[in-house]
Amino acid sequence: MGLLDKEFNDSNIVIAKMEDVMNWARLSSLWQLSFGLACCAIEMMAASASNYDFDRFGVMPRPTPRQADVIIISGTVTLKMATRIKRLYEQMPDPKYIISMGSCANTGGPYWEHGYHVLKGIDRIIPVDVYVPGCPPRPEALFEGLLKLQEKIRTETIRTKNKKTA
Amino acid sequence: MTAEEIFNLLKEKFGDSILEMVTDVPTEPIISVEPLKINLITQFLRDSDELQFNSLMNLSGVDDNNVQKVKNEDGSFSSTDGTLSVYYHLDSLELKHKITLKVSTNRNNPEVESVTDIWHSANWHEREAFDMFGIKFNNHPDLTRILMPYDWKGFPLRKDYENPEFYEGMKIPY
Ligand code: SF4
Repeated sequence: MGLLDKEFNDSNIVIAKMEDVMNWARLSSLWQLSFGLACCAIEMMAASASNYDFDRFGVMPRPTPRQADVIIISGTVTLKMATRIKRLYEQMPDPKYIISMGSCANTGGPYWEHGYHVLKGIDRIIPVDVYVPGCPPRPEALFEGLLKLQEKIRTETIRTKNKKTA
Repeated sequence: MTAEEIFNLLKEKFGDSILEMVTDVPTEPIISVEPLKINLITQFLRDSDELQFNSLMNLSGVDDNNVQKVKNEDGSFSSTDGTLSVYYHLDSLELKHKITLKVSTNRNNPEVESVTDIWHSANWHEREAFDMFGIKFNNHPDLTRILMPYDWKGFPLRKDYENPEFYEGMKIPY
């Protein structure tokens, strides 16, 4: 980040833009809602485990939506589950982010035609920030998705959020 | 015991409730029985000393896909009712023999006796058959949908099932 590089040596004062500090704090500790859906969830668990270690990006699972920043939709979203996911999403405090992981969450995946019980894409009910393709995506792909999300958060500003672009 | 012997034993005991046996199948021979007598028959299969079928390995519903169009005398068409079936795969861990039972029931009013009180493992299997095919299991302790949402309409694995457009405001087709 370079945010804290030199300044600490001389005094304990850092001068930075509020936005930069907030974005830096947000993107460096994205706590994920601890929850998985189907085969993709296995890859997500592998990503959290010691070999890949999601924690080095500041991602760790929280078992309550009240303390989560990001929800990774990892797998097949059945219609029955979709209503629950919507509720979980609404229980998360702002700012909140969504990673759609795998073909199922993106578009319905293998169930796109005959899946009478499957929601064909999680973006039909909640807004998605990053789509990760694959069936299932490897942990590296999920990391790529997370880095993309961090990039997105880094460019957020307080000002333009609700401002009309001219 | 061989399937032949089991069939004869059942025939002797239950007479007309035992319909037929099919042997030219790649699995264990299939004995067809009356849907409303299945509870009595399975109780005998479990409790008699020579049979001791103490394990229900699997219970599954099947849509036989046998609705037929028939031409009436006046030239119009009507369709026959067709059947839904339930298969019971039984195993005796003591005597190491297996058998498959089958009941067929009318598609428009599918009713079968529950075997939950014989093998408790039947409970969720019967709920699944109810959920997917709409087969009613009489005397089941809790016959509700097990997989689909409780307010779902229709039975998805029936051959004539049409998927709805929306569920709770969510579009279903791709
Ligand atoms: S995208 Fe593939 S791996 Fe992921 S939940 Fe769907 S079927 Fe499973």
